[in-house]
Amino acid sequence: MRGREFLLSTVLTGALSAPVLSQTAETLGDPEAGLALFRRDCAFCHQIGPEARNAVGPQLNRIFDRGAGAIEGFRYSRGMQRMGIDGLAWTYETLDAYLANPRALVSGTRMSYRGMPDAQDRHDLIAFLRRHSDQPQDIPESAPTALAAQPDLPPAPLGVEGDADYGEYLSSECVTCHQQSGADQGIPSIVGWHPEDFVVAMRAYKQGLRPHPVMQMMAGRLDDDQIAALAAYFATLTPTD
Amino acid sequence: MTFNRRRFLASAAATTAALSAPMVGAQARPRVIVIGGGAGGATAARYIAKDSDGAIDVTLIEPTRQYYTCFFSNLYLGGFWDYEALGHSYGTLASEYGINVLHDWAVGVDRDTRTVSTAGGHTLPYDRLIVAPGIDFVAGSVPGWDVSHQDAMPHAYKAGSQTQLLKHQVETMRQGGTYAMVAPPNPYRCPPGPYERVSMIAHVLSRINPTAKILILDPKANFSKQTLFEDGWLRHYPGMIERIGPDFGGANVEVRPDSMEVVVDGSAETVDVCNVIPAQKAGRIAELAGVTDGNWAPVTPGDMRSRVDPNIFVLGDASAQGAMPKSGFSANSQAKVAANAVRGDLTGSRVFPARYSNTCWSLIAPDDGVKVGASYQPGADQIESVSSFISDVGESADLRRRTYEESIGWYEGITADIFG
Ligand SMILES: Cc1cc2nc3c(=O)[nH]c(=O)nc-3n(C[C@H](O)[C@H](O)[C@H](O)COP(=O)(O)OP(=O)(O)OC[C@H]3O[C@@H](n4cnc5c(N)ncnc54)[C@H](O)[C@@H]3O)c2cc1C
Ligand code: HEC
Ligand code: HEC
Repeated sequence: MRGREFLLSTVLTGALSAPVLSQTAETLGDPEAGLALFRRDCAFCHQIGPEARNAVGPQLNRIFDRGAGAIEGFRYSRGMQRMGIDGLAWTYETLDAYLANPRALVSGTRMSYRGMPDAQDRHDLIAFLRRHSDQPQDIPESAPTALAAQPDLPPAPLGVEGDADYGEYLSSECVTCHQQSGADQGIPSIVGWHPEDFVVAMRAYKQGLRPHPVMQMMAGRLDDDQIAALAAYFATLTPTD
Repeated sequence: MTFNRRRFLASAAATTAALSAPMVGAQARPRVIVIGGGAGGATAARYIAKDSDGAIDVTLIEPTRQYYTCFFSNLYLGGFWDYEALGHSYGTLASEYGINVLHDWAVGVDRDTRTVSTAGGHTLPYDRLIVAPGIDFVAGSVPGWDVSHQDAMPHAYKAGSQTQLLKHQVETMRQGGTYAMVAPPNPYRCPPGPYERVSMIAHVLSRINPTAKILILDPKANFSKQTLFEDGWLRHYPGMIERIGPDFGGANVEVRPDSMEVVVDGSAETVDVCNVIPAQKAGRIAELAGVTDGNWAPVTPGDMRSRVDPNIFVLGDASAQGAMPKSGFSANSQAKVAANAVRGDLTGSRVFPARYSNTCWSLIAPDDGVKVGASYQPGADQIESVSSFISDVGESADLRRRTYEESIGWYEGITADIFG
């Protein structure tokens, strides 16, 4: 099992393009291994379990199907608040994407954690988190876990060389909303991003991991070459505001 | 002369042939004239000038020095936006992009000699002409009303002084008075526009004139975002708004500007403010240029080229293109596709496949924004919708507020994209 998973995860963002739909986190991951990973990578900032409180990060009980940024009284980043308002909920797939590369799913997140590249590690960790979501002995009032089926896309390698000329033409569709100057007056800036972050963010809309309907529609009809072209073009711009 | 003749034949025969026949040996730069400096025309002028780096000579003919956007003019009526913030000048298009901005009216187009004549007495030659004059009203569509009555019964459907007048009339209406709107039949610019306007006026009245009534006389059985608006009206302005659809006479309306009466199915009622939004058609110059068929100018879906004359493109509200609503967003989107095709014709630059999209936001009450949008592609005969979305009834207050904030971001984005 590990071997197979490892192949998928050698590309950092393979997680985004290849959510495993037929299996649950539990059958896939090892919660005991997940506990160790939690202690190693998360416990510094997050608490989980019956006594858990908010710390540097919010407490993580019942994280499954909690809306993003939903803990009252915790000071979330603007990016996380925005995602919560847009309707991002924590499911197997969205957690997997967030833990793989937090900034790619939630731009400007305050969680300064660079990401967990290994897919099997993430599966184990998510299996552990799930224990604190749907197992009555841990959290009596919790709701059962639902593993939402996400549209699956064939895994595609990152780093397609973008055609910046084509990107410039395609970008004309974007700059009606996203200002070329990089000004953010209600719609976020997309200029000067690292192309890889850009590609990952666009794929997350395309797959429905990021919830915004306008962007799901815009990204939904862009293929990998077009996304790469846009990433290449917007990376050449520098904010002027 | 020989050159012009040759080009005319090339483009009349097959417009794509122009791709492989750019300006070889040309003496002068190819010339593009754009009629109308609104959402469509100004965008097209800017993209052609910007992307051709001076290889194309672009002239923009527009009578007004300051363009007031219709989009967000409802927010101005509601007190959420300043009048000044609706206004945009052509300074940057001239100074940054080298566009010749001519403040004049186009009064004629000679398609044989390929010239445009203006009220100021100019005759200007073009290689490609872009016609983007927006709308005019269909005479007689609301019996009793013509443009000479626009002071007594404003339309406020071309922004500027009309919008200011309507705002003044609403704000000074007698206590308990009635604001009536004669809504237009399809197709017209900005499908949710009249209903967003009703929302904004209801917002104002609910504060300064809470016993006032709003009466919508509507020839259409259904309208854009109807469920969202009706839900919002019930929540924010209960009992204030009445809509009379075609079943109850909404399609059989006459107005009497002298006595401030509206006559619905034969029975007259006196109102205090009457906002008449007549049926619409392409701006008159499109008709004069001979590119209209009925009320609108048909275009090919792949590049917005006139079906009548391949040297002419028609953008925005004036065009008949298929599924896209008549909106500033659509006009801006179409302009970029046309600009790409015009450059391809004249300089042989790469022509990419058309992509169109539209999103229309509407504000129902403070921080209660909704949106509808779709993406489009050229079909065999028409532009067709690919996918779409619409806000839901019952969304959280936070999401509605964010949707409103997004619309402000869009306004700033699109006006920067149009005027530079
Ligand atoms: C109340 C209201 C609210 C709206 N809200 C929205 C919205 O939220 N979002 C949205 O996307 N759209 C909205 N719209 C629609 C939008 O304003 C129009 O669809 C858009 O302006 C169309 O662009 P256009 O270039 O076709 O025409 P216009 O923007 O009207 O531009 C036409 C220009 O041509 C000029 N012109 C006309 N005849 C001549 C001539 N003979 N010679 C030279 N120049 C000429 C005119 O002066 C004008 O400046 C709204 C409209 C209204 C009325
Ligand atoms: C350096 C501190 C830090 C580390 C390490 C860290 N987090 Fe976070 N985490 C945060 C902060 C801060 C937030 C709030 C993010 C925001 O507001 O953008 C957060 C948010 C989250 C959320 C979203 C919670 C919600 O309520 O929406 C999840 C899930 C999460 N972290 C899981 C983890 C996991 C699992 C790990 C270990 C792999 C981890 N985090 C490591 C600080 C941290
Ligand atoms: C109709 C307006 C609109 C258009 C057109 C549009 N976007 Fe967006 N975009 C938005 C909004 C609103 C958001 C914020 C969405 C959210 O909350 O997730 C956004 C978010 C994004 C993000 C993530 C930004 C962040 O900080 O997380 C990227 C990347 C992006 N858009 C790229 C594009 C590209 C590329 C195009 C053109 C193909 C495009 N957008 C067209 C409105 C638009």
